[in-house]
Amino acid sequence: MILRLAFRSLMARALTVGMTVLAIALSVALFLGVEKLRTGAKASFADTISGTDLIVGARSGSVQLLLYSVFRIGNVTNNVTWESYQDIAARPQVDWIVPISLGDSHRQFRVMGTTPAFFERYKYRGGRSLTFGAGQSLDDLYDTVIGADVAEALGYALDDPIVVSHGLASFSDHDDQPFRVAGILEKTGTPVDRTVIVGLEAIEAIHVDWKGAAKRPGQTTPVEEIRQMDLTPTAITAALIGTKSRLDIFGLQRWINTYRQEPLLAVLPGVALQELWQIVGVAERALIGVSAMVVVTALLGMMAMILSSLNERRREMAIWRAMGARPRTILGLLVLEAVLMAATGALLGALLLYAGLALARPAIDAAFGLWLPIDPPSGREAFTLAVVIGAAALSSLLPALRAYRLSLADGMMVRT
Amino acid sequence: MEKPALSLSDVTFAWPGKGGFSLSCPAFTVAQGERVLLLGASGSGKSTLLSLICGIVAAESGQVSVAGTELGSLSAGQRDRFRGEAIGVIFQQFNLLPYASVADNILLPLSFAPKRRDRAEGAMEAEALCRALDLPDGIMDQRAERLSVGQQQRVAVARALIGAPPLIVADEPASALDASTQERFLDLMFAQVAQAGSSLLMVSHDARLGARFDRVVEIDNILQAQKVAV
Ligand SMILES: Nc1ncnc2c1ncn2[C@@H]1O[C@H](COP(=O)(O)OP(=O)(O)OP(=O)(O)O)[C@@H](O)[C@H]1O
Ligand SMILES: [Mg+2]
Repeated sequence: MILRLAFRSLMARALTVGMTVLAIALSVALFLGVEKLRTGAKASFADTISGTDLIVGARSGSVQLLLYSVFRIGNVTNNVTWESYQDIAARPQVDWIVPISLGDSHRQFRVMGTTPAFFERYKYRGGRSLTFGAGQSLDDLYDTVIGADVAEALGYALDDPIVVSHGLASFSDHDDQPFRVAGILEKTGTPVDRTVIVGLEAIEAIHVDWKGAAKRPGQTTPVEEIRQMDLTPTAITAALIGTKSRLDIFGLQRWINTYRQEPLLAVLPGVALQELWQIVGVAERALIGVSAMVVVTALLGMMAMILSSLNERRREMAIWRAMGARPRTILGLLVLEAVLMAATGALLGALLLYAGLALARPAIDAAFGLWLPIDPPSGREAFTLAVVIGAAALSSLLPALRAYRLSLADGMMVRT
Repeated sequence: MEKPALSLSDVTFAWPGKGGFSLSCPAFTVAQGERVLLLGASGSGKSTLLSLICGIVAAESGQVSVAGTELGSLSAGQRDRFRGEAIGVIFQQFNLLPYASVADNILLPLSFAPKRRDRAEGAMEAEALCRALDLPDGIMDQRAERLSVGQQQRVAVARALIGAPPLIVADEPASALDASTQERFLDLMFAQVAQAGSSLLMVSHDARLGARFDRVVEIDNILQAQKVAV
């Protein structure tokens, strides 16, 4: 009966109670949403590359190597010579090795030279392979395969011509040797989406007439002649390696890291990803902090709402007291009220989140390649909801204690 | 000798705070089944005295006994429970929880008083009381705030009487009503109090009501009140 009356009392103040519950619901939805995005982003981040045992590049930091070889962020300062590459490839532990050559760009996208093996070896999201949405892999010297974002952003279709620019932000184009779009990859949610992939030889080919950053003046080797040339590169940027056995990884890594002819660095992608995430994690924690503050604000709002209702409800308290209710019962009544509001808000918030997730999921996937799972609430989320309800009960103690004191001081007859 | 429904002896009390109202009551009794009207001007301490009798505030010294139970011997929590068990309270106005149904309002004291609940016949008794108090049929499920003031006061009477507590305390229950409604209200209330066999202590500043009561007491004759000027 007391529970029913508490409920009725809330219903009687439907508007203010409704606003309070809504505020709690929205804040809880925001908090859970951020949490979902965070775990989703973290998982998808860790899923950027899989199936590769080691990444090799010139000696630098492991995060830096990961950034340019996988995320194509930042500049490459040093290369790996072709001799070193071949030495590594010849190691008995190596099952496969895919070279990567970076340095040029097409519009805002990076150009990556590699071998067709890349399309078989590069795996993401726990072992998924790249698939062609249209066309096929590299075949001719001047073929290119573009990522889904490249195709969409620039409106490219199969067989469209592409001119690669020299360097990352320059106005000098390799316009004498245009490429043809041979394939367009399906969206992956990885940096591959934003990459223009060409053959390793093609990178050599377009630089035949170049020396460093400048074109050799007055010299344009005809394409026919280039096709006849030996286009083996002299250096590459990095390489992805798969070992024959997981047990070989550390041995090979040590061998590469102590390679004498050239300072090299081999990293385990998983370890480097984790290191990188720790850097990104600061922002992540800030985000969590902000959304937690929003929840706190909503609870404060509830506290203010209960406090401000106390004065007009002194009469009601006096009635409860006259009927035999202890001051403690009145305290409990107010805490119960807060818990009811918070529980409704929290449940509503969770529902809102799921509804929002169901609606926004395809859009989020399309825009960020982030596929958020709709799971039943995890233990962590249930814990969050419980904490919100507990915090509501706690924050209601202030108004409840005030009501307690009022009801003691008022006696039975409230002076009106 | 029968235990009186109410007896006060050498009671003193002061509201907390400097210069608060204080009173002392050497002796006052209400016999079982007796109906007493307590007359006094505004501010003379009538409501304060009722709070003492109900055990909502505790006397500083002296004894307050209701139906043979000495309130001073009870803890605050026990006093609260005892009030629920033994005393029916009617205020001047705003007696009811506005959002609750009439039935819930009438049954409310029973949820704090298990013995009284056992004595009462629950919803059946509530309905019978409503009928006896001339409240319309089907009122039980209405929200209390929908009722007229006179109806609300009668529901308050039903609430005070359910489970027939030994003492009914009423603080100017009819003063919010106009003259003719007042008459009828008092008639109905008296009939039901008599039916339940409870004692009635009613407070008022209206001496004309005196004729209906067994005894009329001027508060100044039983209380010494001190009020420091504000
Ligand atoms: N809860 C309280 N806290 C402090 N002082 C109080 C409290 N209630 C009443 N008083 C003081 O006690 C004195 C008597 O008030 P009380 O309400 O008992 O008078 P009353 O006879 O019932 O008057 P009225 O006829 O106007 O209802 C007043 O001076 C009032 O200021
Ligand atoms: Mg009064």
